Amino acid sequence: MFSLPLSFVFIILLCVSLFFYYYSKRTIVEKASSIGKKAKTLPVYYGQNAFLWSFFPACIFLIFLTVSGPNYIDQIFFSKIQDLNPKFNSSFIDLILSKVINVANGKIETDDQKIIVLANDYLSAFEKFYFYRGLGAVLCCALLGLIVTARQKPSVNARDQVQFFMVSIFFISALIAILTTAAIIFSLFFESLRFFNLYNVFDFIFGLHWSPNVAIRTDQVASEGSFGMIPVLLGTLLISFIAMCVAIPIGLYSAIYLAEFAPSKVRDYIKPTLEILAGIPTVVYGYFAALTAAPFLRDIGAFVGLDVSSESALAAGLVMGIMIIPFISSLSDDVIRAVPQSLRDGSMGLGATKAETVYRVIIPAAFPGLVGSILLAVSRAIGETMIVVMAAGLSAKLTVNPLESVTTVTVQIVSLLTGDTEFDNIKTLSAFGLGISLFFFTLILNIIALTVSRRLAENYD
Amino acid sequence: MSIKFKAEKVDVFYNEKQAINNISLNIEKNMITALIGPSGCGKSTFLRCLNRMNDVIDSCKITGNILLDNEDIYGPNIDPVDLRARVGMVFQKPNPFPKTIFENIAYGPRIHGLASNNKELREIVFNSLEKAGLIDEVKDRLDDQATGLSGGQQQRVCIARAIAVSPEVILMDEPCSALDPIATAKIEELMNEISQSYTIVIVTHSMQQAARVSKKTAFFHLGELIEYGDTDKIFTKPKNQKTLDYITGRFG
Repeated sequence: MFSLPLSFVFIILLCVSLFFYYYSKRTIVEKASSIGKKAKTLPVYYGQNAFLWSFFPACIFLIFLTVSGPNYIDQIFFSKIQDLNPKFNSSFIDLILSKVINVANGKIETDDQKIIVLANDYLSAFEKFYFYRGLGAVLCCALLGLIVTARQKPSVNARDQVQFFMVSIFFISALIAILTTAAIIFSLFFESLRFFNLYNVFDFIFGLHWSPNVAIRTDQVASEGSFGMIPVLLGTLLISFIAMCVAIPIGLYSAIYLAEFAPSKVRDYIKPTLEILAGIPTVVYGYFAALTAAPFLRDIGAFVGLDVSSESALAAGLVMGIMIIPFISSLSDDVIRAVPQSLRDGSMGLGATKAETVYRVIIPAAFPGLVGSILLAVSRAIGETMIVVMAAGLSAKLTVNPLESVTTVTVQIVSLLTGDTEFDNIKTLSAFGLGISLFFFTLILNIIALTVSRRLAENYD
Repeated sequence: MSIKFKAEKVDVFYNEKQAINNISLNIEKNMITALIGPSGCGKSTFLRCLNRMNDVIDSCKITGNILLDNEDIYGPNIDPVDLRARVGMVFQKPNPFPKTIFENIAYGPRIHGLASNNKELREIVFNSLEKAGLIDEVKDRLDDQATGLSGGQQQRVCIARAIAVSPEVILMDEPCSALDPIATAKIEELMNEISQSYTIVIVTHSMQQAARVSKKTAFFHLGELIEYGDTDKIFTKPKNQKTLDYITGRFG
């Protein structure tokens, strides 16, 4: 029996569907002439309809088989092994099964005849599966093509049907985007539930001490872990606050300059530059923070007699602020430019100067959008990881002194989950607790941003 | 009658394109002057020259003299910001600021420091609303957003806003083109009333409106001033064939 690789099946599907495209086009003309009327739309739409309804469902069928098939075969072999050796427990059977699979794929060799037999069975089972998968998909395609072609009537508007099909595809794409988001949230939610089974929710939310180092093995000497998120959250807030202090004034003022005062030539250069800045990977900003900003601040601190830690919240916050400036500036620029020219004219016509116009009319009119752009930037700052990993440190201190090293929620998540970790102890699971709190925090910020913009939004037509 | 505006040989260019060609025109004090003509004839451009609103457009170049009370408004001693306080403007589309009705009217007096305390400010606002014939409609909701008013009311807020600065001249750029006939009638009535104390220059597409409200009419065509004179004469016995063609609806 010869196997059908996926790409080959796709080509066959395409050919079959194309056949039905031309076939439908021809039959509809014949059908129409046999009843002596013209088809309701151009023949090409009947062809398109047949193509779409044969090709795409068959593809989905094919993808479904490809995804679920191997699992199904594994399950069959699992029960096969179980039947051969009823005494084995399931984890041992798993072990045998993976050995069989590896032998079948030629990754390892073995002398065990039983395993070799099973491996051969496994291989032929897969070959069979590939063959039936291809056959099934092509049959599905051909059957659908035939049905659609046979059912098409000259009196039915195929153009609308094609549109309906396209709309369905758009809808499904949108649905996939939403469902994946929901899936991510659910996985986060359930993992964090596991954590909250091990650790009290209130101790987590209101606890003032964060030291996640617990004994992983029973004989290990380690302190009792403590998972109070306040110091970590405080670190996040401190760094975000410093970042905002840098980014909001500079970002907003540069946006005002760009939108209202800059000659168009200057703007043509600055605006793309800002957008390039927004595209720099945050790791690069992290270098800058760790290698340039932090030592610079420490030197200045030493000069004026302040003790600045080499990994300080200030350095991380400053660089994060610099990172966010282009976001605020570019978004705010768009918002300010969206304020209708008629308002500027109205203010100028009353004898206001340009600056008065900006402060008294343009900014209030653009305010909802500006709030939106700033809160978007705040969410980014709170979720930002790399800069803080590189420049702010790991020690969870309960402090608001920007000269000390602090840690943030994202940094803790990274440090808890990097390396070989098993998701069964309180230390790694606490990362999900942090993750979900961060999620809710940014969610609330975004909701506030949306509500504020909606409530204040004026409708200019 | 004394002359308020005296335009002498005004040319306006947008980049290379000439929008206004050698226009000389005298606008008389405390009277309504209408500028009519087909679209793109330069009447709005000319209007915007009178309070230097064209300065905002980089590519716009103006030559010739425009005298306001015998003083060149493009002269070195004139600040366009001060000029615009003397020569107010009402625009085609009602453009109230996204503030309350009170704040809209108080905007001009505030930036020019016309009121020294809140009581005076309120007085100015109420007077302006009264002159604009809006006081009865809005006196109970001065703290509502001006953008929530109807189109006609919004336009009268804009007129009240212009009046509040106590300008000498009010320029109106098709102030009724976005309004329904009833709102238009109210604005025309209002213009008639305030023309006792203000010089009004109105650009309009509606010849009936020009005939109804103005004392003097200027007919523009392709950037040139074709005919200027008393409204009665322009609409009954025009001297120029083009004017006759336009007012009888043969083009435009």
